This record gives sequence, C-alpha cells and structure tokens, in this order.
Amino acid sequence: MKIAIVGSGCPKCRQMAEVVHEAVAKSGVDAAIAKVEDIREIMKLQVLITPALAIDDEVKISGRVPTVEEVTSLLVP
Amino acid sequence: MTWWLVYQGLSPFAKWVTYSLFSLSPGTRLTSALEFFLYEAPKVLMLLTLVVFVVGVFRSFFTPERARGFLAGKREFAGNGMAALFGTVTPFCSCSAVPLFIGFVTAGVPLGVTFSFLISAPMVNEVALVLLYGLFGWKIAAIYLGMGLAIAMISGWAIGRMGMERYVEEWVFANAVAESGVIPEEQGMPWVVRFHLGLDAVRDIVGKVWPYLLAGIAVGAGIHGYVPENFLASVMGADAWWSVPLAVLLGIPLYSNAAGIIPIVQALLGKGAALGTALAFMMSVIGLSLPEMVILRKVLKPRLIITFAGVVGTGILIVGCLFNLVM
Repeated sequence: MKIAIVGSGCPKCRQMAEVVHEAVAKSGVDAAIAKVEDIREIMKLQVLITPALAIDDEVKISGRVPTVEEVTSLLVP
Repeated sequence: MTWWLVYQGLSPFAKWVTYSLFSLSPGTRLTSALEFFLYEAPKVLMLLTLVVFVVGVFRSFFTPERARGFLAGKREFAGNGMAALFGTVTPFCSCSAVPLFIGFVTAGVPLGVTFSFLISAPMVNEVALVLLYGLFGWKIAAIYLGMGLAIAMISGWAIGRMGMERYVEEWVFANAVAESGVIPEEQGMPWVVRFHLGLDAVRDIVGKVWPYLLAGIAVGAGIHGYVPENFLASVMGADAWWSVPLAVLLGIPLYSNAAGIIPIVQALLGKGAALGTALAFMMSVIGLSLPEMVILRKVLKPRLIITFAGVVGTGILIVGCLFNLVM
C-alpha cells in the first residue's frame, strides 16, 4: 500500500503525518508513507486544499486533519 | 445557556474587580484601562470560541471542489460576485493558496474570478465579522461585510479586464490536467465529524490567536485609558484626506489576524478616528499580507502580484474615503 501525505510543509501537514504514522503502526498494515511536497505532484493528484491524504494515488481526505481511527478505517477496510 | 449567563455577567464583574477588589477609584487613567481590559478580554474570547465553532461546522458543507465546479466557465461579472461569496465560506488557509489557484485556473475559472475568491477569503473573515458585531453592533459588521465583498468583486473584475493571463507562470497552464477529481467524501460526512471539525477549528484558531487578542486588547486598553479623547481626530479623522492612504500603506507590511487588530480598531474609533479610516486600516492588515504574496510568487510573475496588491489597495482606499465622506 502506498500512502501519500500531500502538502508543502504547513503545520497541519505535519499533524497529518503524525496521525498517519500512528494509524499505520497501530493497524500493522504494510505501507510506504511518502510526503508529496512538490506543487506539480500535488496538482497531478487534483488536490485543491492541503493537507490531503492519498492512498494508492486516490485522494481520500482533503483540507483537514483526520483522526487516527478514521485513517485506520481507511487502511483496513 | 451557561455561556449566555456568564456573558451577561462580564460587565458587572469587570467593574467589581476594578473598583471593589482593587479598591481603585473610578475616573483615573489606570482604572479606565483596567476595566476596559477586564471586560473586553473574556468577552471577546467567549464570542470568538462560539463563532469559530459554529463556522467550523458550517464550513464542512463547503469545499473548494464544489466552488470550483460552480465557478468554472461562469461569466465575468456574476462569476466575480459568486466567487467573492464562496471565498468567505470556503475553508482555506494561505498555505493552500497555490494549489487552489492552479486548480481553479486550469479548470477554466477565469483569472479575475479566481482573484475575487482569493481576495475575499482572507479579507471577509468570520472572526472579524463577529468581533465587529460584538464590539460595535450589527451596522458596522454589515458595512464591513459589504465593503469586503465589494472590494473582492470589483478588484477581481478589474484584474480580469486587464488581461493579465500572461503574467501567470507558464508552467501552470502547461501542467493542466483534465479536470475530474471531485472528492465525494464531504457530501456524506457524518455530524460527528462535522462537530469534530468545529472543535478542531476552536483549538486551532483560538489556541493560536489568544495571545494576539490579549495583546491587542491590552494596546486597546492603553489607548482607551491614556490617549486623550479626540486626540486622533486630527490625525485619523475624516478631515485629514491623507489619513486613508496612510492607513492602507501602514497595513500592508503589518500582518495580524483579525482577532488581534480589531480591539485596536475599537480603541482608535473611540478616540476620534474616522470609521472609513479605521476599517481601511483593518482590511489592509488582514487582506493584504506579505507572506501570502511571497507564497503566490510561485505561480504569479512579480508584475501580477504588484497589480494585485495595487488594485486591492486602491479598492480599500476608495471605499475608506467614500465612507469618510458619507458618514
């Protein structure tokens, strides 16, 4: 599974990164977490407001910091 | 309920602390400043908390994707108006200005309409609106709302008319991807998540803003207690024609959020500054900021940024002067 945290370094993007790391650790899924900070890459994902969370190149959450439970439920359907 | 009772009790409480607890006599500068601070600080903080929560929940119904879908291909004048309205309710922070700008422009939202959105988003600010309502009443709040929307609409329209498209960095258009992704998630968001967003907003905004707010109220209290009545009338009153341009120019490099600037505005008004001048100062501080321009430099060439600042500044200037003339 490929998880992307989309956003160029705003405080909320860092919060989201923490939440995602925690969710991955808790659920034990095998996932590669990457940060997408380049604006061109951000636009390829069609994200308008950051922070956004994309799983396997599909944007799941945009413009807010989710809770750990929410991310977990996205990781383990 | 509890909120309302506490809110009503604030004024007697501030008087009681100042005059009974500290047994200070009324009428001196210090007591006047102190009473102002003790009353305003908790009052404004309470108002702010309530409003930020309500707006946080309300905003979860609006997404930029929806605004974009609605604005794409809209004609100029009506489009500018809609964009200005959407800009006020769509959740948006300046770190998203760049992806938002590209997403709008490449999806066929006209440049001027996009600017209307970008101008109104910071300038017509819910925090400012409610603070103005709380401190001055609904008339001034309505004037601020009307002024802000008008400036966003007309400035965006003017920028659109100037045909500045070639001053957008080329790669923005070269990179255009066919529009598709509307994220369906937000439509069916459960209320729990919406309330959560409201609480998040409170923690985020109130948590960040309160020191500025207290500092602003403290400065306001100082002006309230120590600057003589009508002292500012000669400098910032309606008669001094240069007061509005000066207020706008001063406001551009100053960057504060609405919450910090409004208590200062209140104190200025109380000491004889003209309404148009005070509002122009406030809008220039919150609507035109250097950090945002630096961020936008990634997608706009300097000439367009200068035009943007110039047009918005002129808009604030005209509205400020008009107010001083009419009132």
